[in-house]
Amino acid sequence: MTFQPVKFYQTGTFTVGNRLLPAETRSVQANMRRTNSLNSGHRACQGCGEALGARYAIDAAMHATENRLIAANATGCLEVFSTPYPETSWQIPWIHSLFGNAAAVATGIAAALKVKGRSDVRVIAQGGDGGTTDIGFACLSGMFERNDDVLYICYDNEAYMNTGVQRSSATPPAARTATTTLGNSFNQGKNLPWIAMAHGIPYVATATIAELRDLEAKVERAMHVRGARYLHIFVSCPLGWGHPADQSIRIARLAKETGLFPVFEAEHGEVTSVSKIRKKLPVTDYLKPQRRFAHLFSPEVRTDLIARIQEGADRNVRKFGLIEN
Amino acid sequence: MLKQIEGSRAVAEAVALCRPEVICAYPISPQTHIVEALGEIVSSGRLAPCEFVNVESEFAAMSVAIGASAAGARAYTATASQGLLYMAEALFNASGLGLPIVMTVANRAIGAPINIWNDHTDTMSQRDCGWIQLFAENNQEALDLHVIAFRLAEELSLPVMVCMDGFILTHAYERVDVPDQAQVDAYLPPFNPRQILDPAEPVSIGAMVGPEAFMEVRYLAHAKQSQALSLIPRWAGAFRQAFGREAGGLARSYRTEEAETIVVALGSVLGTLKDTVDELRESGGRIGVLGVSCFRPWPFAAVREALAGAQRVVVVEKGMAVGVGGIVSNNVRTAISTRPIPVYDVVAGLGGRPITKASLAAVLQRAMTDDLELTTFLDLDRALVEKVLRKEREVRRSGPIAEQVLKLKG
Repeated sequence: MTFQPVKFYQTGTFTVGNRLLPAETRSVQANMRRTNSLNSGHRACQGCGEALGARYAIDAAMHATENRLIAANATGCLEVFSTPYPETSWQIPWIHSLFGNAAAVATGIAAALKVKGRSDVRVIAQGGDGGTTDIGFACLSGMFERNDDVLYICYDNEAYMNTGVQRSSATPPAARTATTTLGNSFNQGKNLPWIAMAHGIPYVATATIAELRDLEAKVERAMHVRGARYLHIFVSCPLGWGHPADQSIRIARLAKETGLFPVFEAEHGEVTSVSKIRKKLPVTDYLKPQRRFAHLFSPEVRTDLIARIQEGADRNVRKFGLIEN
Repeated sequence: MLKQIEGSRAVAEAVALCRPEVICAYPISPQTHIVEALGEIVSSGRLAPCEFVNVESEFAAMSVAIGASAAGARAYTATASQGLLYMAEALFNASGLGLPIVMTVANRAIGAPINIWNDHTDTMSQRDCGWIQLFAENNQEALDLHVIAFRLAEELSLPVMVCMDGFILTHAYERVDVPDQAQVDAYLPPFNPRQILDPAEPVSIGAMVGPEAFMEVRYLAHAKQSQALSLIPRWAGAFRQAFGREAGGLARSYRTEEAETIVVALGSVLGTLKDTVDELRESGGRIGVLGVSCFRPWPFAAVREALAGAQRVVVVEKGMAVGVGGIVSNNVRTAISTRPIPVYDVVAGLGGRPITKASLAAVLQRAMTDDLELTTFLDLDRALVEKVLRKEREVRRSGPIAEQVLKLKG
């Protein structure tokens, strides 16, 4: 009898079906006993990448810590859509203090747990790119420098979405926001994963909502390390980026497959693993479906700007060795 | 035990006796000796378990204290001046979340022009941030107020600021009675909050509240401060019983019997004022002093009662609301608003300008004969400011005030 070998990625979208995997390697989300830490009923937009990323990340962190987890949250979409008084979507102990202090609040929680001899309980801090790369940057850097036992998760949707899509220091070149109506400038950028690595902290990783198993694995990994850790998750925003809500995952995948968002891990400042690009795509594939880049294609095609964006992607490919030799 | 030590050391000893579990430290003059001493006490193992966190800013200091307190640890920090302003956003947050954090503020001026010396501009600027504000008259009281502060904070679920004059108290060596651990333990039971961040009982803290409930939340914050007005004297009384000396409370009168003039003040200037009043009394002046220990919540009734026999009030204060005048004086006016007596405001000691007995006596003598403007600036160089004002009337151009003054003074 001939038999058909099981092939991954047979759906054509590079997603890995849980049914094709042995039970013990299936995703946390596929488990009936997942914690639903960020429960349904919250008020995120349709297709919200941040809600998806947070759901996977926190459930994975809960799994890794046997449900002994406390979260500190920065002000932002995630905070607002999850806790409109008197409701809350959080099934875990959770605190929101301010926009710029999530990392420091987490440090305080970790210090309290240490004093109380509860080192089994772990702490995460989370925020959007504004709360991380801009207003929360000093507290984040301080937490890294002290190597406090905190995993900081940045959900990067590349602008201030909660306040109505204004530019942040994570907004990419040429992107249109409410405060960069002619398109964002080409700056050196603030590469937070790279800056985190410069602190020499034990673990830094990037992930996207297109590869949720990879995301879960990185959270799991991070929770088995002590000290300051940083996870930067690329999360699409249909409202802010101007793409259909059902395209969030595809957009995130394109960010990786074009080389614009390198997916990697680093330990103590050294890159230790890189998620290779399976089939490198031109950046226009990523730019075209998003209204925030529409001015690059109409009324005239801005080949000059597109070329500079492509250069950036190509640099990432070289710098991280994103393509299999 | 009696010790001849620096004010900052006395405060550090008192804080250590209160067994804080998390201390966050960021240096700023004139607070530095307090956190240095605490760092030393923690590393010696004398205070354990305690996490001493060297943070990167005052904003982080208060934020770390917020996290620690919400997770059930007794949290302490200290700051001054610009540092207090840098943590302003977190101050409102700590009180809004009902976290019983205790903080020492070594009172200092606010720039520009930068000035490291003492006045009350820093804590006065944060008078409405929802914290209880207690002012120390001397180093013994600074020490004692910290023990009371932790007790009050945890009973009320509110943060407490202990305000002590920078340099004048923090750097002065005085004899203080440092209580022993058993005494403090008897007065201050372990921190046992109603709700903490705990995986066994998950709660969401700091949720968004909209127009439908925000008024009620703020009203309850106000009501809680009003309750504090009855608890503060109670815990001051318990302190007197346990330790055998006066500290804290709402306000304390000095030689106000049959006083026609009562001088109101906060902090270390009360010492100089009492000496001045003693001398004025010797020459027959019917004058007394009211020292306000608790500025927030504002003790309306206690102040009204203490000033009931006065025909005039003089408020000597180390701060002001620019464009308005006195801050404490306006609070005093609201307390005695039903009685039409003059409340003279003497702004004094800004940026560390010495407040001398001679200057105080002169201004008080004028007040006693109602020969004083409603707002006076003690020992102001009138000629200098007139020169600057004249110049400004001639040419109006933007530019810093301080440099203009220096140019004309030089």
